[in-house]
Amino acid sequence: MTAGRALAIAAALMAGGLLAATPAKPAEDLVADLSEHLIAITTGFTGTQVVMFGATEGSGDVVIIVRGPLSDATVRRKGRVAGIWVNRESMSFTNVPSYYALASSRPVDEIASPATLELHEIGFDHLKLAVDSGEVNPTEVPFFRSALIREKQQLGLYARQPGKVAFLGTRLFRANFDFPADVPTGSYLAEVLLLRDGQVASAQTTPLVISKIGVGATIFDFGHQRGAYYGAIAILVALMAGWIAHLAFRRG
Amino acid sequence: MQIYLPIAELSLNVFLLLGIGGAIGFLSGMFGVGGGFLLTPLLIFIGVPPAVAVATQANQVVASSVSGVLAHWSRNNVDFKMGVVLLLGGIVGSTLGVGIFSVLRTVGQVDLVIGLAYVVMLGSIGITMLAESLLALRRRRRRAPPRKLHQHIWIHGLPFKMRFRKSRLYISALLPLVVGALVGLLAAIMGTGGAFIMVPAMIYLLGMPTAVVVGTSLFQIIFVAANVTFLQSVQNQTVDVVLALMLTVGGVIGAQFGGRVGARLPAEHLRVLLALLVLAVGARLGYELVTPPADLYSIDVSPPAAAP
Repeated sequence: MTAGRALAIAAALMAGGLLAATPAKPAEDLVADLSEHLIAITTGFTGTQVVMFGATEGSGDVVIIVRGPLSDATVRRKGRVAGIWVNRESMSFTNVPSYYALASSRPVDEIASPATLELHEIGFDHLKLAVDSGEVNPTEVPFFRSALIREKQQLGLYARQPGKVAFLGTRLFRANFDFPADVPTGSYLAEVLLLRDGQVASAQTTPLVISKIGVGATIFDFGHQRGAYYGAIAILVALMAGWIAHLAFRRG
Repeated sequence: MQIYLPIAELSLNVFLLLGIGGAIGFLSGMFGVGGGFLLTPLLIFIGVPPAVAVATQANQVVASSVSGVLAHWSRNNVDFKMGVVLLLGGIVGSTLGVGIFSVLRTVGQVDLVIGLAYVVMLGSIGITMLAESLLALRRRRRRAPPRKLHQHIWIHGLPFKMRFRKSRLYISALLPLVVGALVGLLAAIMGTGGAFIMVPAMIYLLGMPTAVVVGTSLFQIIFVAANVTFLQSVQNQTVDVVLALMLTVGGVIGAQFGGRVGARLPAEHLRVLLALLVLAVGARLGYELVTPPADLYSIDVSPPAAAP
């Protein structure tokens, strides 16, 4: 049932994405697609890789950005109080992409103007993260911001790979994107930009859905919708397990 | 072999989880502690989100405690009457403790209070136990006459006297009620079952025989941990049954072995080992408080603000 629903969402998003990607002009400068539009998180899920591939018409550089759903994040900084390390300052960010992977055919600074980088949020420095609470001195914001991005990179959720978009010949390109085992679920968007003279000449957006499928999804839904039953079953299973172990060992 | 944990939302090695469950279960069956105070930091260390670790360890503790109690019960080492009285006190104490916890949280620095409470508590209990049990060991070696079961002081003049046959005690029911309440209060503030405070309290404050203490403590823990599992499931949806099941399979087996080893050890040796365990946990937490962290910054990501 859940799998069906996820597929339906994926299909709807794909339809929407394709419509949006169809430009009015007849000649297509850029065509691209993902190897998969649905990442199913099953019981054996240990992370996966998705390939973005496509073709360009004429010269230009390619930048691909995969973004996850937005979330809020709080960054805390520890300080020393009387010899003990405790959390002191904290700063909340909103509009934080839960996943952000950037791949480009060359370093982005060389192929896009600062205005383009800013407009399309290309690169960690150009992410439009909003600072929520301002208990901390405004001059400290860059430290907290870079700490957030560093932590996300360590989790494998933020990646920046100049040169990762590989051209096969002059027209065909491909790039791999890694998704770790604890990748957040939700609707992702993969944006492919064709850049010429520092400007975006053509763009295409493709949806990607990451969803729990099968037993894991059923357990997750049940736990969130029927917390009391879930808790009672968890306790019963534990009681039974303890009893069974006792029986097994008494005989043994 | 990896398995995906649906609530924790990550994949972990099955054998790692079974091993951790088994080790904690062993300690649980041997000493009568739930093991949550060791299990929670271990789970966080292998990557389980803290909220899921705290809630799920309680579910594993239910299973290993049942396994341990049954092992001790078959040796007639569980004082159910004492367990029920302690539990009644514990319910009152933990309800109060949850209230105090909320107050601390609004004031801020709840982490610091918990950290300091652990270190002071574990340090003083561990040192006292170690000193006492080493003295007892030395006395035993010299074959000195054993001391009286317990000294008679004003406490024993309190009303509502009850006979606890298994513990060989005839004391006021108020005493275990108050002990249960105090431990429940501390446990609620510190976020664990509190057995590592309960066990020394039963030995030294109530004067129960060490052999009976372990089984009785485990009996009491079943209810405390089951309550935590239920409340966490309803309020926070952070109990991961797949993770709990993996830990449980290891835990129930470990608890059986722990119960056997514990029953074979002399009471004084058991107390020395428990004192060392308590001190080790206290030292680790104290070390964490004073050493500079690897990264001053930490992030806490809330679920997506708007559902897609």
